[in-house]
Amino acid sequence: MISFSAFVKRFFSDPVAIGAGVVLLVLVLMAVLAPLIAPQNPYDPLQLDIMDSEMPPSWKPGGDDRFLLGTDAQGRGVLSTIMYGTGISLLIGVGAVIVQAVLGITLGLIAGYKGGWIDSFLMRLADIQLSLSTLMMAIIALALFQAAFDANTYADYAIIMLIMVIGIAEWPKFARTVRSSVLGEKKKEYVDAARVIGLPARRIMWGHILPNTLTPVLVISTIQVAEAIMIEASLSFLGLGMPTDRPSLGSLIRSGFEFIFSGSWWITLYPALVLIALVLSLNLLGDWLRDVLNPKLRRGED
Amino acid sequence: MAMLEVQDLHVAFPRGKRDEVEALRGVNLQLEKGERLGVVGESGAGKSMLAFAILNLIAAPGRVSQGRVMFHGQDLLKLSDRKIRGIRGNRISMIFQDPMVTLNPVLTIGTQMIETLKAHRRISDRDARKLCIERLKQVAIPSAESRMDAYPHELSGGLRQRVVIAIALLTDPELIIADEPTTALDVTIQAEIMSLILKLCRENDVALILITHDLGVVAEVTERIMIMYAGLCVEEGPTKQIITAPRHPYTSGLLKALPQNAGRGQRLYQIPGSMPPITALPRGCAYHPRCEFADNGCRTRIPPLQGGVACFNPLKGASS
Repeated sequence: MISFSAFVKRFFSDPVAIGAGVVLLVLVLMAVLAPLIAPQNPYDPLQLDIMDSEMPPSWKPGGDDRFLLGTDAQGRGVLSTIMYGTGISLLIGVGAVIVQAVLGITLGLIAGYKGGWIDSFLMRLADIQLSLSTLMMAIIALALFQAAFDANTYADYAIIMLIMVIGIAEWPKFARTVRSSVLGEKKKEYVDAARVIGLPARRIMWGHILPNTLTPVLVISTIQVAEAIMIEASLSFLGLGMPTDRPSLGSLIRSGFEFIFSGSWWITLYPALVLIALVLSLNLLGDWLRDVLNPKLRRGED
Repeated sequence: MAMLEVQDLHVAFPRGKRDEVEALRGVNLQLEKGERLGVVGESGAGKSMLAFAILNLIAAPGRVSQGRVMFHGQDLLKLSDRKIRGIRGNRISMIFQDPMVTLNPVLTIGTQMIETLKAHRRISDRDARKLCIERLKQVAIPSAESRMDAYPHELSGGLRQRVVIAIALLTDPELIIADEPTTALDVTIQAEIMSLILKLCRENDVALILITHDLGVVAEVTERIMIMYAGLCVEEGPTKQIITAPRHPYTSGLLKALPQNAGRGQRLYQIPGSMPPITALPRGCAYHPRCEFADNGCRTRIPPLQGGVACFNPLKGASS
């Protein structure tokens, strides 16, 4: 293991990590503080004026000082929608990863510790789940959901649905990682010692083995947040994700896409840049975390 | 009735689809309350297997194929999972070889001790902590209070083994099984730890099964010795008698191999050959390929344990 101070030291000696961390921090702050700092509340129809629609960024001819990055077809400021949309994207990403982690860690822990037919059964289940593409599963589930409920109900529950669908579709990644670590930890003597003490299997699994497998879980969690955000963006782009009146980054890109040929490129471009920055910073941080926490890649000084 | 009585214990591991090989081939053992027994043998003789079998903790695919482990008249091998858990770590505890790996690296000493206690006693956190600190003091750990919040990697090997011993003593067990408790430690620490175990066993009237390959250690601590070879007990008796007048050629070989029994400047004695793996045991007495007294009877039949020795041509002991 690496101590916390060494961890911090490694972070501040790596320019890529600092860069990714700063970008992520700015985006998260922007999303969390959106209701306070956004120039406009894009969810409030009273603040929108259809006369403001499709304005270019403020420095362009025809731009308006109120809308730094221009407006979309409904007169919402692109900057404000990005601020709120980033929050929704992050919420879905983190929520989906929590669902994945809960499912995956539980099943991976049981599979690895119990072994035998339970292990075979759970891992074949994981294989089947992985052979169905996440996107395909999500499209089917969400299309059914959209067809089954009216638009208002759908709008209310879309976030929960997206979190559940992406969470359930991606559990095998956690399960496999946890299982393989458990197989390694299970043979160590502290597990024998815990059994000799007379602890029940449940306590040994959750209290003794799980804390020793959290390093890889931490790494894939970071990368899976990025993955979940991408999946959500793809679904929204296909019209199956967040509704356009509560847009995520993906639905913003989609709503602007219709206007790109009429010259209103800013509606699509800016949300897309933010999405790229968000996913890239998460992935870079995940890679960095993996390198730091992997003792085989460790440099001499720690 | 003896406190612990192991009767004809066999442990088998599968080989291929149908076949099985036996790691223990019928071991008998008796232990009275407060008695200290040494189990001695080379690596692979089945010593640790015996310890795990007593607690019914043989890991799959291995299994106890035959025999009984009677503890106060109860067969531990037949108890339900729940009941045997109430005995493990409570009435019988175990000390492992390497304290570097037997403590969970991510949990503090205190967490691991309190958890052990709470698994077997209804006790408040505060009382548990008090008792743990008391035990840590008993095993002579300096500044016990602050060690409770330390992680295993912050302690030295000797201190860690003391913590392991403290955990083993936590629930006032009747029997401690110590599986090579000093092998992984520094030579200077070994004697300290051994005398600590001896002292605590005497003070608390705890029975001890000391598993080791070092006859020198056993001689100082135990009252009786059992010598194991290839999954069988080959000689058994009071420590003094076995050390001074061994009857099995293997025991005598082990004693001759001790450095303190060799003359100054002499080459150390070495038993020729090595112990056969359990998958390729010779016919008859497993020791005969290395034995200088082996005859045709030794090559065909397994000698039974009679009068404390399993040999057709035993050496003349002191008594006989």
